[in-house]
Amino acid sequence: MNTLISIAFQILLLVLLPPLLPGVINKTKAWFAGRVGPPLFQTYYDLLRLMRKGVVLSSTTTWVFSAAPLISLASVLLAGLLVPLGPTAAPVHFTGDLILFAYLLALGRFFTILAALDTGSSFEGMGAARELTFASFSEPALFLALLVLVKLSGTLSLSTMLAPATHVAIDSTAAAALVLTAFGLFVVLLAETSRLPIDDPNTHLELTMIHEVLVLDNSGPLLAAQIYGSAVKLLVLGALLLHVLLPLNQGWIWENWAMTIPGLLAVAGVIGVVESIMARLQLRLVPTLLVAACLLNGFGFLLLLR
Amino acid sequence: MWLTMTLLGAGGFAASGLIGMVGNRRRNWGHWLSVLVAVLAALCGLTAAMAILLGAPVESLAGPGPAPVMTTNLRLDPLAAFFLVPIFLIGGLCSLYGIGYWKQSHHPRTGRKLRFWYGILISSMAMITLSNNGICFLFAWELMAISTFFLIATEDFKPDSRQAAWVYLAAAHISTLLLFAFFALLRMASGSFLLRPLSPEQAGMGLQTALFLLALGAFGVKAGMVPLHFWLPEAHANAPSHVSATLSGTTIKMGIFGLLRVLPLLPARPLGWGILVMTLGALSAFLGVLWAIGQHDLKKLLAYHSVENIGIILLGLGLALIGEAKHQPIWIILGMAGCLLHVWNHGLFKSLLFLSAGSVIHAAGTRKIDRLGGLAQSMPLTSNLFLLGAIAICGLPPLNGFVSELFIYVGLLRTMTVLPILALAAGVLAMVGALAAACFTKVCGAVFLGTARTKLRRVREAGPAFWLPMMILAGGCLLIGMAPTLVATPLNRTTSAWAHRGLPALVALTPLTALTIMNLSLAAVLLVAFLLRRFLARQARTQPTWNCGYAGSSSRMQYTASSLAQMLLGTLRPLLRMRRREPRLSGLFAGPGQFHSHVDDPVLKNVLEPGWRRLRSVLANGRVFQRGNVQSYLFYMLLMLLFLLLITLPLGALWKILF
Repeated sequence: MNTLISIAFQILLLVLLPPLLPGVINKTKAWFAGRVGPPLFQTYYDLLRLMRKGVVLSSTTTWVFSAAPLISLASVLLAGLLVPLGPTAAPVHFTGDLILFAYLLALGRFFTILAALDTGSSFEGMGAARELTFASFSEPALFLALLVLVKLSGTLSLSTMLAPATHVAIDSTAAAALVLTAFGLFVVLLAETSRLPIDDPNTHLELTMIHEVLVLDNSGPLLAAQIYGSAVKLLVLGALLLHVLLPLNQGWIWENWAMTIPGLLAVAGVIGVVESIMARLQLRLVPTLLVAACLLNGFGFLLLLR
Repeated sequence: MWLTMTLLGAGGFAASGLIGMVGNRRRNWGHWLSVLVAVLAALCGLTAAMAILLGAPVESLAGPGPAPVMTTNLRLDPLAAFFLVPIFLIGGLCSLYGIGYWKQSHHPRTGRKLRFWYGILISSMAMITLSNNGICFLFAWELMAISTFFLIATEDFKPDSRQAAWVYLAAAHISTLLLFAFFALLRMASGSFLLRPLSPEQAGMGLQTALFLLALGAFGVKAGMVPLHFWLPEAHANAPSHVSATLSGTTIKMGIFGLLRVLPLLPARPLGWGILVMTLGALSAFLGVLWAIGQHDLKKLLAYHSVENIGIILLGLGLALIGEAKHQPIWIILGMAGCLLHVWNHGLFKSLLFLSAGSVIHAAGTRKIDRLGGLAQSMPLTSNLFLLGAIAICGLPPLNGFVSELFIYVGLLRTMTVLPILALAAGVLAMVGALAAACFTKVCGAVFLGTARTKLRRVREAGPAFWLPMMILAGGCLLIGMAPTLVATPLNRTTSAWAHRGLPALVALTPLTALTIMNLSLAAVLLVAFLLRRFLARQARTQPTWNCGYAGSSSRMQYTASSLAQMLLGTLRPLLRMRRREPRLSGLFAGPGQFHSHVDDPVLKNVLEPGWRRLRSVLANGRVFQRGNVQSYLFYMLLMLLFLLLITLPLGALWKILF
């Protein structure tokens, strides 16, 4: 019964919470800038508004373009089912699910890039080139971070790796490795969800965009699927990071649940702070940052090899 | 009985080759008859191979050989059957594809030759898998090398094809030469040409290491393992597409087969061998995909991906070897299952990709990626099949590539408790996966999506002879992806037979059931997304693409494949040797300029070609002996005979006579 409730709660969280995170980020940024900022629930309003609108498709596009936002949303939601959002196991878990998790994110990206190329616009081509370059570095970084967690927990499932029932004694070496991994994962999170200093979600010039320009031609419900999809990705990767930072397997179960949502919102808040205090990196330096993330995770892994 | 059926299949392909030779140059009936025989032979061979894989007992046969000292020893064991499946399946399907792609009436000059050597190739590959004797193996191996040479040189009136074929021939003979040495040493150690495991008393560690290195070199050349891959890209690019599909899908796998066949003969399995194989695998996978990204030729790009996939296969094999060294049955089964399943999978999706590339080339008349574009509008079926192959080759769920890569990943992660450094190979595999996805988004985007870049001749969707074989291959990709439990039995049986020991069941080690459920639900979700898309698209308005308010956009403003890859290649430039020709712009109003970049193959361009030139200049000194008249050659023969006579004389006795 408890597991059923937990699964239902996690699915609800996965479906309902994501649009709140961009709201928190924007509120934090507004607070830093001394503005009032958009309402906390602005993304929900945006999504509702977009759902009511019609769709405009480019005349050069094929089915790939209009299916891509839905496919990438579907794959990121499925990936979300593999990550434990609270102290209990994720709705779906099995040996080796971490690989499926990484590859589901890759599937979504594959279709998003294809959709951008489907429009035949040079701007979206630029976005595609950037996205595929950065993805080539952020994917190994994510994998190396997962390697650290596999090594620490000795298991091959995200659910057992991340939270519950693992009574791993965290010694100082493990803690150092986890700190390195947390930094690495945070960079991966910023890159995968297109936040500063890698990508500026508020930029207004197509030439400088990365993620925004990939979805430039989307409209109505398709754009809603894209926005919602990237919010879900933020939640899922945020949950991953949260588990590395906060061992949620202590104490009373409801206490842990109560820590989950504020924890996720806090991750969003930290992203907001980073966005407020940092300028955007030069485009050619982004791969360097991602390689640094790979190295951090790699060092974390090497620490554990002693 | 199954062995007889397999031989019937192999013989059938040889017969289809002979039938393909007869017939009118301008009429197609000979072609059709040949394909019919080939398809029947393929069905016959496939049935037999599947029967062995599903549990029929091993069969063997011994008979007299072509010369008095030789015998013919054939053996149909699970390993042979496992490799016979792609040989017959892809061999038959590509033969079928030839009906449309290389119609006799369109290619009067080359069609008959192509079919002859094609039949011989498939037949010789089947014989390699069956050989249980070094002489038979070498005989079939050489036949395969020669027939491949003639197939690459099908269009021998084109300089590129000739060049590629010569390079291939040289490489193939390096491989054969090493194999001669290998079998001679093996014979020396064991006293027979039979492929029987050596006992540790028969061969010391030094001899075994020599045997291992010879095998790795010989079979590595064939498989296209870095740095011995130099012949592969040009050869696969210049052969007709259905031949490229066969070469990539099955022929290079004979290198892997050879390794798998001879490794169990060597009793010692030091850790170093496994680590060497794994390192070479990681190197091939990474460099293969890196070089692929820089290619502008559709088929050459696909050929470099073969190097990458051979690397992934070798990663699995390396893991299995390390498992043998460290006595870890779990590593053996996972590594071998990944290696073997990837052999099947790569056969399926790479042939699918080569065949769809063939349809594109047939319709558009060019292989240059930057001249194509927007073909999804005119060839929707081919485009979708190529996309499916691309998803599979990138190892993305829910298709078959993901399943075999998952086995290797899980195997690598399982090393964590004993030899955790190996798990870093999983990081390499992840990067390879991401780069492959980048490369295939580039290809799919540039060739099929967007708008046409150049005015091509009227492009039409290909006919059923084109899409039927592709559909069957795509069906295979889907089947293994959606129901990976189906392949568990063949994999278990082959792996146990290979390792000569009982191994834990694959089902218990990998999440096959969970994977089936996840892949099926992913497919269902994708289907729902697709239906939803149709609903949305029906109500949508159509407008030109948004180009920031600029209405006069043209197809030339699209991102090309080269510019798409440029940023990634620029980042990885230290690892690549990129030639760039930049336009020289001058004056206030610069005239038109052209930018050209090319990623060369460093092994061929920087090592072999200069090395060969230097060798040739050294050897030119020997030209004084080549007089060109018969008398001097007769003189050389006389000298040689005298020399041989002298060395047979007992030298001590000679000394006594003289002094």
